[in-house]
Parts: sequence; structure tokens; C-alpha cells
Amino acid sequence: MTTTEISPSAPLDGTTTERVKGGGNLGRYILVRLLLIIPTVFILVTMVFILMRLIGDPITASLGGRLSPDQLEERKEAAGYNRPIWVQYVEYIGQVFTGNFGTTISDNRPVSEVLLTYGGATAELVFYSLIVAFVVGIPLGLLAAYLRDRWQDASLRVFAILCYATPVFFSGLLLKLVFSVWLGWLPVSGRASTRTELDLLLLDNPTGIYLIDAFRTGDMDNVWDVLAHAVLPAIALGLLTAGVFLRLVRTNVIGTLGREYIDSARSRGVGELRLVRKHAYKPALIPIITVIGLQIALLLGGAVLTETTFEWKGLGFILVEYLSSRDFVAVQGIVALLAVIVAVSNFIVDIIAALIDPRVRY
Amino acid sequence: MAATPVVVNPKGSLWSRLPLVKQLAQSVGLQRGMLVAGLVLVALFLLTAALAPLLAPYGFAQLRDESGRFGSQQPPSAEHLFGTTVSGYDVLSRTIWGAQTAVLVIVVAVTMSLIIGVLLGVFSGYFGGTLDRILVVVCDAIYAFPSLLLAIVMSIVISGGQSSLLGGIMSAAISITVVFIPQYFRVVRAETVRIKAEAFVESAKVIGASNMRIMFRHVLRNATRTLPLILTLNASEAILTLAGLGFVGFGIEPTSAAEWGYDLNRSIADVSSGIWWTALYPGLAIVLVVLGITLVGESLNDLADPRLRTRHRAIASPAAAATANEVDELEKPE
Repeated sequence: MTTTEISPSAPLDGTTTERVKGGGNLGRYILVRLLLIIPTVFILVTMVFILMRLIGDPITASLGGRLSPDQLEERKEAAGYNRPIWVQYVEYIGQVFTGNFGTTISDNRPVSEVLLTYGGATAELVFYSLIVAFVVGIPLGLLAAYLRDRWQDASLRVFAILCYATPVFFSGLLLKLVFSVWLGWLPVSGRASTRTELDLLLLDNPTGIYLIDAFRTGDMDNVWDVLAHAVLPAIALGLLTAGVFLRLVRTNVIGTLGREYIDSARSRGVGELRLVRKHAYKPALIPIITVIGLQIALLLGGAVLTETTFEWKGLGFILVEYLSSRDFVAVQGIVALLAVIVAVSNFIVDIIAALIDPRVRY
Repeated sequence: MAATPVVVNPKGSLWSRLPLVKQLAQSVGLQRGMLVAGLVLVALFLLTAALAPLLAPYGFAQLRDESGRFGSQQPPSAEHLFGTTVSGYDVLSRTIWGAQTAVLVIVVAVTMSLIIGVLLGVFSGYFGGTLDRILVVVCDAIYAFPSLLLAIVMSIVISGGQSSLLGGIMSAAISITVVFIPQYFRVVRAETVRIKAEAFVESAKVIGASNMRIMFRHVLRNATRTLPLILTLNASEAILTLAGLGFVGFGIEPTSAAEWGYDLNRSIADVSSGIWWTALYPGLAIVLVVLGITLVGESLNDLADPRLRTRHRAIASPAAAATANEVDELEKPE
């Protein structure tokens, strides 16, 4: 940060020598994007704070009716909720930027501890879903572009729309019904069976990411168990994004197939399949990278629903629990954290997009 | 202000220029098939919603008839074609009534977000300045945020969770509205900023037209080309968000209205014990409605984009696309 104070126009990436013309923009671009995270997070946290306080203080919301008015006042006094709202706001913002999200009301745990405990599970689920989305969406998108306007293309497009049109909880319930209840191939719910969970609990420093922890126990049964539990939730959530990828790849490959360099390759006798796979494929991937940022927001929203469907104990699952116990401090904390995650992942995606495609930088 | 503009129309009758009719005539082959399938599904959905009182054998909150209680989790039978839920409601009736709730929420949510988003977009883009910058940053922040979470927060604020029919529908609709406003805002603002620099706006200014007149007669009417697409996308997203809200327990109470998401939430436990009928029908209803609306939206999108449009004779070639672009240029009014 010190370099910026000395001279804002100097290149920020430190590579003053041997710079290719225009290449120095990247450092500035990254810095601008990084600084843009702050207002985004700030606005979201502020918005959530204001909205949640419009309905009164969290203590009354959570415990009202169960405690006498005197006891409520006492609790409010102790938590500082009867001070002016802007004092509370300033304090809250300060706490959020130091990573302190307050203490839950219903079970009196620090919100940051809740976030750490359950965050790993959600990250794991979103990661698996992205894998499903890539593995399903990209090849099918290429296929649809290759077989453009034939019946295969039409059915793939309908499949993509179906992926979008099916709520994750409904596809989750159907998968569960078929593969767990009727066929009995996969477990019904949860992140691992009881025996594996006990094994994982015995680890010294559990990461919260079950797959890593399962490998650390050294018992392959645990690994298989964890993976088997992840299959259905990952498919349910992953298909949502797979449909988006399929459509994007199809549209973009068709777009690139009309370009002149493709015509020139075709005139040299390159086959259609090879054209799609080698020539039109890579340029079509850039838009995918740029939409992943938005997809992560979508996946996090979907994770709330998937986790409820499969009792996958992640942030979404616990969010719904806290919602039903009207514990709005916890809700506020979880929502704020998700806002940070979305902002940061958008930042990372923007940077990757800029590294791959120089035209993005401005 | 009083003079209503007379539609002068150089390109065929009014009927053939109506939104969907024009596209229907333009489409061929598979694209027409998708558009027609979508329109049929949407029509069925709207009919079901309108005729719900006639179609549904029972009320959505009805637990008993002359012959006694319906009973809980009864498999499909002659009396209950789709079976009964864990609370003892008739699944068929709740699925049919659910269409009504969905239509109400879509109409309210889409109308509100359209009006607010478009107005904000035009004003913000036309006048610019600090307010514009703040609105852009706020809308970008909302746009990037998981919409379901925002809708949950909004519904807590509006109703503190569950509520009556009108309250529930309004709170769901408002929650969805807040999520959608940024989409209209972004599109209309971007178009406004672009159109503002065009020569015809300058001329209007020179003639001495007021800002209001320029905004609504010259800018707004040229800035709305992409709105039908966003509208269909939003309608389907509204259903999914409503169902999502119901699924996490922040929707409409079962005694106030039938809501598919709530019914699916109650069926989680059923599925684990092999009871399929409580989950299947409300879920299918959501899928079919969203599918229908999306098919219409997708087809409109493809037909609006010359690169993706299938042509009557030859498949679009670069030359054809170029002519199509020229036509687009010519179509620019005023």
C-alpha cells in the first residue's frame, strides 16, 4: 500500500523494468477491484443491519413472550440494544471488519465460531457442485453446438432449461427418493454415517472439510462414506449451474464457429468435430469464467435449500435453524459472511478473467 | 401531454406486430416448437389459476368432508387422486390452488419491480450525478448477492416470517421485487446513458422539450427493447424464489393459501419413508410452470438475436446476419 502513497501513477506491480506495453495495467486493475470489495461488503452489511433492525431488537424477536418485560429490558441493557441505533451501527461495522459477528441469542455461541464450524461444509458442497457443473455442462454444451439444430441439440437445450426450472430441493427430493429410498444405493441424508463422524471427531485438528479429514484418518472406508454422502447433494446443486454452463458454451461456440479463423481452418480441411473441440472451444470458455462469480452467489443460495433437503450441516442448514428460532444476530452474521464470500469470489474471478483475456482490463 | 400518439404503422397490421404473434410468425422448426410448447404450458398455468375454484375437488385448507377426515399420508385413491399430505390436506387441491398463489405473486412482484426499476433507471441514467453513482453501487451489490438470502431477510422484515394470505403474498412479492429491481435498473440505465447521447435527444432539447418529456417520450420508449426478456426470466425466477421462501419456512401459512414450496418442505420426511406423492405433484407443478415461462423467454431471446435465429430458408450465414443487423439499425425509431 505504501507505493500508492508515493505516486499513484507509478506501476503498482513492482515490475518497472522490461514491461510490455500496456501490461502494467494489470496491477492497477487488481488494486481497483480489491478496493471495490470494500464498498460492496460495506453496503451489504449496512443493508442487512438496517433491515434487521427495522423490526426491533433481536432480543425481543427471539425471546419475546418467553421472558417477562423486566427480564427482556435487562437482557437488552446487557447487550447494549437500548443505545441509539447509530452507536450500535458503528460498533457493529467495527466488529465486522475485525471478524467479530456478535453472539447468538438462542444458544449463546460466538457467531464467528458458528461460521467456522459450518462454513467448511458449505464450501465442500459448493466445490463438489462446481465439479458436477463443469463435468456435465461443458461437454454437453460442446455437443449441442456441434449438433446444432438437430434433435439432440433441442433435447440438450430442453435439458438445460429443465436444470434451471427444477428447484434444487425438488431435484434433491427426487434423487433421494430414487437412489436412496427405492434403490438403496446411496445414503438418505447427512454428511457421513455415525461411525465415520465419530472417527472424524477423534482427529486432532479437524478441518471441517470431511473429505480431507477422512483421508487423514487413513481409513478408505471413511473416504468412501463421505463421498457417497456427497453424491446426491452435489448432483442436485450442480445441475442448476450445469444448465447455465451448457447454454453458455453452446451459444459461444456457435458464435465462434461463425468467425473467419474458423472458416479458414475449415477451408484447410479441418473436420467439424475437431473445429469444435480444438478451435472454437477455448474462446468459448472465457465467458464461463466470468459468470462463475455470479454462479457462486447462485450456488450459495441453492446451498441453503440443498442443505435443508439433505440435512447437510452447513451454513444454509444452520441459517434455516436460526431463522426458525428467530435468532437474528446469527442470521445477520451468516448473511454478512456470505456477502463477504460473494464479494471476494467475484474479485478472484475478475482477476482470473483479466489474466486470461487482456481485453477485460480497462 | 393530452395528445395520445397515433400509431402509424408501416409494417403490416397491428395484429401481426403484437409481441408474441410477430415472433410466432417469424419462428420455424424447432424454435417454433419450443415457443409453442412454452405458450401452451403458460396458458395451462394461467387457466388453472383462474379456474382453481372449479377444478380443485377440495379447498386448499380442507381437512374433512361429509365422510369424515381425509386422513394423513393417504396414497392416491379415487377420492384423492394425488393422495393426502402429512397434515391431511388433499394434494391435488393444494397443487391446483398453488397456481393461484403463484400467479398473484408473479404479477405483483414483476409489476412492482418493473415500475420501480425502470423509473429509477431512467432518472438515474438521465440525470447522472452522485445519486446515480450511489444507486449503481447499491444495485451492483444487491445484484451480486444470493437473491434467496436477500428475499429471506426482506420477508423477515416485512412480516416477521409467516403470515396471512394477503400479507404473505405481499411480503413474498415485495421480497422478490427488491431482488429484481437492480436487473431492470441496470438495463434501463445503460440504455438511457447510450440514448441520451443520440442526436434526436439533442434535437428535442434544442426545440425546448422538458426533461420529463425527453425522458418519457424519447428515451424511455427506446430503452425498453430488452425488457420483455427480463420480464419472462423474472417471472420464472419469482416462482422459484417464492418456492424457496416457502421451503425454508418463510412463505405463506398453509391455512391462508396453498404454496408449493411449503408443501415440498413438509414432504422431506415423507420422501425418506418412501411416500412420493406429497413431493412429486407440487414439485412437478413448479417445474412445468418455470419450464413454460423459460421456453417462451428463451425463444423470444433467440428470435431477437439474428445469430441464433433459425431462418426460413437457409441457416443463418454471416451475410444474413449482417443484413439482419442493418434491418435492426433501420428499425430504430424517430
